[in-house]
Amino acid sequence: MSTAVVTVNRGLFGGLNLRKKTLLIIGSTSLLLLAIVVSSVFLGEEPLQTNFGSKNLAPSLEHPFGTDWMGRDMFIRTLEGLGLSILVGGLASTISTLLTVILGLLSSAGKTADSFVSWLVDLFLSIPHLLLIVLISIGIGGGAAGVITGVALTHWPSLTRVVRAETKQLKTQEYIHISRNLGRSKWWIATRHILPHLVPQILLGTILMFPHAILHEASVTFLGFGLSPHEPAIGIILSESMRYLSAGYWWLAFFPGLSLLIVVLAFDMIGENLGKLINPKIAHE
Amino acid sequence: MGNKAEINPKKELSTGLETVAGDRKKTEALLTVEDLSLSFTQYASGLRQTELKVISNLSIQAYKGEILAIVGSSGSGKSLLAHAILGILPLNAKLDGKMEYDGKKLTQERKKEMRGKEIALIPQAITYLDPLMKISNQVIGSVEKEKESIMKKLQREVFQRYGLKPEVERMLPHELSGGMTRRVLVSTAVISSSKLIIADEPTPGLDDKTLNETLSYFKDMADKGCAVILITHDIEAALKISHKIAVFYAGTVLEVANVEDFKNNGENLRHPYTRALWNALPQNKFQAIKGHQPMQDEVIDGCIFYDRCSKKKAICSRGIPQLKQVNGGVVRCNNAS
Amino acid sequence: MSNNEKIASFIGKKALRLTSLLIIVCFASFMLIQYSPIDPVRAYIGEMPVTAEHKAKLEAYWGVNTPPQEKFLNWAGDILKGDFGTSLIYRTPVIDVIEERFTASLILMGISWLLSGIMGFALGIIAGANQGTWVDKAIKTYCYALAAAPTFWLALLLLIVFSVYLGWFPIGLRVPIGVTADNVTFFDWLKRLILPAITLSLLDIAKITMFTREKLIEVLSSDYVLFAKARGEKGLDLILRHGVRNVALPAITLQFLGFSELFGGTVLVEQVFSYPGIGQTAVSAGLKSDVPLLLGIVIFSTLFVFFGNLIADIIYEFIDPRIKQQEALV
Repeated sequence: MSTAVVTVNRGLFGGLNLRKKTLLIIGSTSLLLLAIVVSSVFLGEEPLQTNFGSKNLAPSLEHPFGTDWMGRDMFIRTLEGLGLSILVGGLASTISTLLTVILGLLSSAGKTADSFVSWLVDLFLSIPHLLLIVLISIGIGGGAAGVITGVALTHWPSLTRVVRAETKQLKTQEYIHISRNLGRSKWWIATRHILPHLVPQILLGTILMFPHAILHEASVTFLGFGLSPHEPAIGIILSESMRYLSAGYWWLAFFPGLSLLIVVLAFDMIGENLGKLINPKIAHE
Repeated sequence: MGNKAEINPKKELSTGLETVAGDRKKTEALLTVEDLSLSFTQYASGLRQTELKVISNLSIQAYKGEILAIVGSSGSGKSLLAHAILGILPLNAKLDGKMEYDGKKLTQERKKEMRGKEIALIPQAITYLDPLMKISNQVIGSVEKEKESIMKKLQREVFQRYGLKPEVERMLPHELSGGMTRRVLVSTAVISSSKLIIADEPTPGLDDKTLNETLSYFKDMADKGCAVILITHDIEAALKISHKIAVFYAGTVLEVANVEDFKNNGENLRHPYTRALWNALPQNKFQAIKGHQPMQDEVIDGCIFYDRCSKKKAICSRGIPQLKQVNGGVVRCNNAS
Repeated sequence: MSNNEKIASFIGKKALRLTSLLIIVCFASFMLIQYSPIDPVRAYIGEMPVTAEHKAKLEAYWGVNTPPQEKFLNWAGDILKGDFGTSLIYRTPVIDVIEERFTASLILMGISWLLSGIMGFALGIIAGANQGTWVDKAIKTYCYALAAAPTFWLALLLLIVFSVYLGWFPIGLRVPIGVTADNVTFFDWLKRLILPAITLSLLDIAKITMFTREKLIEVLSSDYVLFAKARGEKGLDLILRHGVRNVALPAITLQFLGFSELFGGTVLVEQVFSYPGIGQTAVSAGLKSDVPLLLGIVIFSTLFVFFGNLIADIIYEFIDPRIKQQEALV
């Protein structure tokens, strides 16, 4: 008892065991991301009114990220952009995960179906990812819908590979053989035996898919495909900032990009720490 | 109080063992392990920290010119004993107890100096060879440039002695047959001219001919004055060549018996478990003992064999029995006398 | 199976795979564009004033009124003959544009591929060998940050620091689109190459470092390293003797498997630095609806990724002896 009291005071996290520390990291990063989304939704358009009296201001206490050539506060713009990025990333990851689940279950159904899934995975991985997103979003007709579709339709292959490997391994298990001998249908085995085992893996895969989806969305937007210039997306903010680089307005590019990096890192951290909880072997590092 | 009670029997024990050894050779033990305990810190699902005790209160002694077999069932932590002696345990391992080599304390620093020179390990499988390195380089090991040609000559001699053809030198591990692998692994120890040889499960999956051949290598080493520790689950193989048998059970040694004690119905054996092992052999009564070893995370207060013992008494469930010197061997049992 | 038979069946399988892959990729991307709202005639005309007669001619040329299947067969037939059509924005044959731009990109990608491979491997070995120390933590943090950084943002930062503030390198957008490599001197060209190459390699370093680190840790906890330690090997000697040897092949394989991401990276980096390569061309083709060029780039980038994977497979199947060992154990 007494030792526990003593250790709590050692360092910031020193007194916590790995379990508590992991939970704390997951909790606080999730909270940060939630705060970004909520505030971006409730901020609305008002703070983004153009104000030519205060254009191109360097970062200050009043405008921590500076202002752009129309006098808009970059902090607010960045916040809105991040919110949009997280929402787009979330939507795209969810669709990709759904595709993974469907294809994963399909591949457990039989040999032909499995080769089809494997073939589809190989096909999607054979074109450079970014080019594929561009191609799909053009095919859809561009715009926000194009970007979301492009990102959503291209992030499932790697997770599907993992799920396929896991499914294959599960199918060699004794209880699945027994189920089969008892005359259970393939669908019954897939949904009752295989899917529940895959849930943690898929959940983790989805969270780790988030940062990829967000970065790809930002990249495609940066290149000029998809979202219209009026949307406060990070890709658009950075693409605009290129025009003002030689004028020395570094803050236009620096802070929005850094914020995006932090958001991506936050998702990575949540994913990694959840991974530790699910598979404690990694925690020994 | 408690301390005193624990120290006394040990003093008796060590003098006792010396007289036992004295019958064979008037030397001191080359390696003494006393009250060794080994545990691992681990994380279970959800990151709950747990402590896993693998070895507890283990004591053995190895003498020059003798083969000590450590016999126990597979997966009971015997290999970790070898790793503990060599100081190559993973970082999350916690080691307690005393080890002496050649009369001096065996610290981690000394282990680092000794291994490969004084103490050699003969590993159990081909996975202990680098899959991408030629056999000759692996047998010779890492040596200075100027010593290379001498070592090369030595390696050729050893290979010739063990009937390994010259082309084996240039092979990669996956090209070796089972028998060749065994001989290559033994060569790595022989070339090092170590005094203490620890062979970790050197016999599984060998046919009778290769088995006897492999055992003869160890006999050879002991005859040349090495102390050999043979870690195995195969009691029959151990009985063929060893001088003493240490019976390993659930992380500790229950009895160290002389090989001569294994005869008839095992009436000379001191521990019920050793007797049970002996009687389980096909050429004896072929009677399997009921139950299973306690799990590593089970906490047992009392004799570790209590649950399966046919002669248990009330005292056996309270406190670990002291190590006693009985009839030229040692045993951890309240009933033995 | 003899070695020759194995090689023959490997080549056969891969050739079949490449053919089927190209057919599918061509068909799928063609149809995707075909059913998209892109109007090739309008894309071609652009801002030019044209008569109705001229427009009808163009429509006939682009086959606006032919059924898509027939159009695909025509296009695919031309491609088989080596005719990829004419680029709308460059007004030259697509194959010429791709040749020039892809060469420029290959130089950029090649340099950064080597740079990132060598530096990433070295960093990974250092981190893995010092697992858990501050060196390892510093390298790990650096890699995490790099992996999370948006490619184009990193490129922008380097541009701000080295071109705007220090003035060591030109800021992009100075050479107008269409100026060929012949028109710039070698020194100009080199100057334009350095920053993009560094940016691109920085991005790849993270992946290869983390992979090398993990592999090395795996090797260091292997039975054979345990045995090497039991025989008195230690420190740098142990790492060099067993670590580097066993990690090198998987790391090289990973580098070859990374061609797809390398291509994606080059698209963004070229865009920021206005490097006249295939990535920038792809973006222009996409934004300006230059369908023949875009489809040509899709085909060639697929080939590029395919050959990376092919080399990785060759290493895996024929060079790494551990595969044989695993097969022997099974």
